[in-house]
Amino acid sequence: MGIRVFLLLLLFFCTSYPTFSLHEDQVGLMDWHQQYIGKVKHAVFHTQKAARKRVIVSTEENVVASLDLRHGEIFWRHVLGPNDVIDQIDIALGKYVITLSSGGSVVRAWNLPDGQMVWESTLLGSKSSRPLLLIPKNLKVDKDDVIFVYGNGFIYAVASIDGEFIWKKELASEGIDVQQLILPEGSDTIYAVGLLGSSRFDVYQLDVKSGELLKHNSMFFPAGFSGDLSFVSEGMAMAVDFTETVLVSVLFRDGQISFHKTHVSQLIPGFSGPAVTLPSKIPGTFILKTGSSVHFIKVINEGKLIVVGQVGHTDAVSDALSLPEDQQGFALVQQGDGKIFLTVKLGDDWTTNLIDDTVQMDHQRGLVHKVFLNTYVRTDRSNGFRVLIVMEDHSLLLLQQGEIVWSREDGLASIIDVKASELPVEKDGVSVAKVEHNLFEWLKGHLLKLKGTLMIATPDDVVAIQKIRLQSSEKSKMTRDRNGFRKLLIVLTRSGKVFALHTGDGRIVWSLLLKSLRKSETCENPRGVSLHQWQDPHHHALDENPSVLVVGRCGQGLDSAGVFSIVDTYTGKESYHVGPTHSIAHVIPLPFTDSREQRLHLLLDANRQGHLYPRTAEALGIFQHDLGNVYWYSAETDNGVLRGHGVQKNCVLEVADDYCFGTRDLWSIVFPSESEKIAATATTSSNEVVHTQAKVTADQEVMYKYISKNLLFLATVSPKAVGPIGSVTPDESSLVVYVIDTVTGRILHRMTHHGSQGPVNAVFSENWIVYHYFNLRAHRYEMSVIEIYDQARAENKDVLKLVFGAHNLTSPITAYSRPEVFTKSQSYFFTHSLKTIAVTLTAKGITSKQILLGTIGDQVLALDKRFLDPRRTVNPTQAEKEEGIIPLTDSIPIIPQSYVTHALKVESLRGIVTVPAKLESTTLVFAYGVDLFFTRLAPSRTYDSLTEDFSYALLLLTIVGLIVAIFVTWVWSEKKDLQDKWR
Amino acid sequence: MASRYLMIFLSLILLLLPSALGISDGNVEGYSINGKVRFPGFSAAGLGLPAKISNVKVILNGGQQVTFLRPDGYFSFHNVPAGTHLIEVASIGYFFSPVRIDVSARNPGKVQAALTENRRVLSELVLEPFRDEQYYERREPFNVMSILKSPMGLMMGFMVIVMFLMPKLVDAEELKKAQEEMGSQGVPSLANFLGGAAQRAN
Repeated sequence: MGIRVFLLLLLFFCTSYPTFSLHEDQVGLMDWHQQYIGKVKHAVFHTQKAARKRVIVSTEENVVASLDLRHGEIFWRHVLGPNDVIDQIDIALGKYVITLSSGGSVVRAWNLPDGQMVWESTLLGSKSSRPLLLIPKNLKVDKDDVIFVYGNGFIYAVASIDGEFIWKKELASEGIDVQQLILPEGSDTIYAVGLLGSSRFDVYQLDVKSGELLKHNSMFFPAGFSGDLSFVSEGMAMAVDFTETVLVSVLFRDGQISFHKTHVSQLIPGFSGPAVTLPSKIPGTFILKTGSSVHFIKVINEGKLIVVGQVGHTDAVSDALSLPEDQQGFALVQQGDGKIFLTVKLGDDWTTNLIDDTVQMDHQRGLVHKVFLNTYVRTDRSNGFRVLIVMEDHSLLLLQQGEIVWSREDGLASIIDVKASELPVEKDGVSVAKVEHNLFEWLKGHLLKLKGTLMIATPDDVVAIQKIRLQSSEKSKMTRDRNGFRKLLIVLTRSGKVFALHTGDGRIVWSLLLKSLRKSETCENPRGVSLHQWQDPHHHALDENPSVLVVGRCGQGLDSAGVFSIVDTYTGKESYHVGPTHSIAHVIPLPFTDSREQRLHLLLDANRQGHLYPRTAEALGIFQHDLGNVYWYSAETDNGVLRGHGVQKNCVLEVADDYCFGTRDLWSIVFPSESEKIAATATTSSNEVVHTQAKVTADQEVMYKYISKNLLFLATVSPKAVGPIGSVTPDESSLVVYVIDTVTGRILHRMTHHGSQGPVNAVFSENWIVYHYFNLRAHRYEMSVIEIYDQARAENKDVLKLVFGAHNLTSPITAYSRPEVFTKSQSYFFTHSLKTIAVTLTAKGITSKQILLGTIGDQVLALDKRFLDPRRTVNPTQAEKEEGIIPLTDSIPIIPQSYVTHALKVESLRGIVTVPAKLESTTLVFAYGVDLFFTRLAPSRTYDSLTEDFSYALLLLTIVGLIVAIFVTWVWSEKKDLQDKWR
Repeated sequence: MASRYLMIFLSLILLLLPSALGISDGNVEGYSINGKVRFPGFSAAGLGLPAKISNVKVILNGGQQVTFLRPDGYFSFHNVPAGTHLIEVASIGYFFSPVRIDVSARNPGKVQAALTENRRVLSELVLEPFRDEQYYERREPFNVMSILKSPMGLMMGFMVIVMFLMPKLVDAEELKKAQEEMGSQGVPSLANFLGGAAQRAN
């Protein structure tokens, strides 16, 4: 009877789908969410009215956002599509934000207060051209305020109220590169000025009202122009000729074009190197960059040039800003040692400074990249200035009255790679822990929590509960905790800055702008590539701090020079850096560590030579001992070849290098180029732990998982189907998936999905692979699972054999033995597109797995692995149900409570990283895109610890109740005893 | 009078025409897809979308193009080549089925849209959420059962049963007899035990 009840209970627990679920008041308890925008490209201030002062920005992450000018918070924000790069922004009618994007193809208007899109227009055309946007003040055509947009070779007059086209006119029919639209104030003629080729200067004059071409003048300049035009006034442009030593001023007022040449050396004595005009919007002045410095040259009386100022290359200049009394001002930022010098000058008077401030600046922010100037009227009616600056690390700062009013760390919007690092161990004597204030406070807190769970809390109480929970000092301490929830997330961003984020509250613990990833003469275009765990002391060398390896390249190609640094994760200091050195095509963390627990890494260059790091004799000894056991593969997507490699002896160089090793090709798989193209690869995570190889099914059978670290999942699609959905018909496309052993190159499994195409997202864990692709026949996304089992061990079912050792479990495993495997596979429909896919990792691999899906809606969905089990059948038997097999359905159900990100979005989600906590049931999840989101998950619930909302107060109440009951019954029984005795 | 009504009607039709057509001929390179997202509970003539759904994205082919909703709920994609496409609506709090769109090169202007989740064919491209999505587990309102079901409650309940119901199960006369017998043998009762402990403490 008891057993039956137990089995029934077990069945009940098994059939109920475990979901990750959260109560609304638990938000922020173990998760945090941070919103960023990315590196600002353009900024437009909106401060005229008494309403909330704001600045509209567009960024390199395709974000258009409205920021609070007082605190830097986001009022609203929109992330455009990945191909929808923002070209220009401005404000029209004082209430709409106009964005021009996709190379001048799309114009959108957003409502300034709330960010609602008001209208959208698409500029069609076949020629790509420079996108231009001109918003005149108070120009009406047919009672409509009008804006001029130039894109795809057409100039459009667009009504700013509804986005309707008033007229359009093609200008680039001859291939003219129109560089500027000019509308002189009060004029009815709009000028479109550009170059044809490099030697013809063209001016179009169009009627503002109808778009009629009034005049088209052009003139050849035999010497030829180089670079872009710089517009000084409404009728004058400056350029540099082909030799880059002669300045050409072009006058084009009233259709008359004339050229005047001035040799640069006449203006700048000792001039050297090529001269380039820089884009600037300071009327009457243009900026000339020469080899040594940057010069401000003023134009007087349309022809006479005077050099008024000279600054260094690293200084930044803002656009001009109209001031009262017809003056123009601009800001200039120069940099010194840990300080920046901000000056605001008048456009026509270089010598007087309206503002001359010195601001202390963090060294880790690098150079100033952009400056935006805004003015306000002070209480004494003089002009005050505020300046928005964009730094090298992509951060955004507002300066006012010589102080930093606010700053935003927007470098975190472009994370490239993430690694987790442990925090220091709590040392004796250094008590960081604060004991709860006193018992009464503690009890009060728990009573409040109890009220919360019983739903009898008043709104005030709820607020108080939330506060207590969020302020718990436990989670943001700087030391290791027993459960392993507190860690540092080391992130590498596109700006070359490395941040350490605390997992408790997401704050920045330290940040470091890596010297090796900064632009320099030896490294023109550096970019970070990846992070690797360099040193992670666990067993010995415990006095050493853990460190990470940051790998970068000096250019786009794999063959460009490599740089790398080693960064201490406790202090945030760079302990070692190399570069620029040999190219780094691939980094292989080897499974060996030296006596200081530094992990050995093999860095492969583009010439297929391996370089061993750290460069110590000890590391060399370890590596040479295991030289024959190092294998890796490389997938050449362009050629459709998969190769396996091994290490040979030292490479042959002119200068002997003990740490350089030659490689040899072991095997290669060539995919037929006319039918297959590599779409995706996946391998298991190197730090994954598998608890057991055996899987016991309900009917007491044992299945052995085929577990090998060397397996590779690879998917190919038909070359035609590489494009997006809609470009191919089902008959033309197929998807082929392979499971390949990367040591021998043996294909263990191959399967074709006809009528399917990419994009393929795949994740490999233990002995299974889950992948997501598009089924063209059903026109739905599909997810498939492949599980690989070891056939060779299937005979080891006999218990007696196991006991008496007549089994092959202890026989050595080699990748060269021919594996006898069998696979099971199943497919299901899935609703959403995916951006990324990951799997939960736990410390010992006992806990069941969840698959984390980054959906197109920028949410993260946790899906239990049991939904993707090839043993699912439509009608599972009783035994199978007890084992936890869910009846087969054609599509995977989406349970809203299992969204890890609950009601939040991780805008333009790019990656999900999972880190095991020390507590076996729990895994830490970090999702990054423009936003960051962190939480911890318990895929099988927290079976090994009490939950956060465990009510200690209820426990206490129960104990008190029991004690009271004991005493009451004692008194009763005493009385009764007495009565009995009297009787 | 009638003519004025006709005029209004005609102008209304003209206003709605471009958006009512699912697919219209665009440039030579491609076609345009126009559609509308309608949320239940908000009338079509409503003034703008509520704040909760102002951040809705409409996504073509898994991210090839992304657009936003106008205040009236309309959206459009331009330069779409002929073929079969997929439109998804990303909106926090609502579940939308992806939509299969056939853009025909032969007869432009023809609407061919179907929900992929249930294969329902749409006569015009008006997308409505399948269902609301509740991301949070709802807290059960306070009730006695939830307390009783908790481990503490079960413990208390068991105690109560043992204390008050168990004695009832035994016949009162027999119990008395048994107690008398036990009393003579000196089996410690609870009172004796606690009392004894108290006396010893004294």
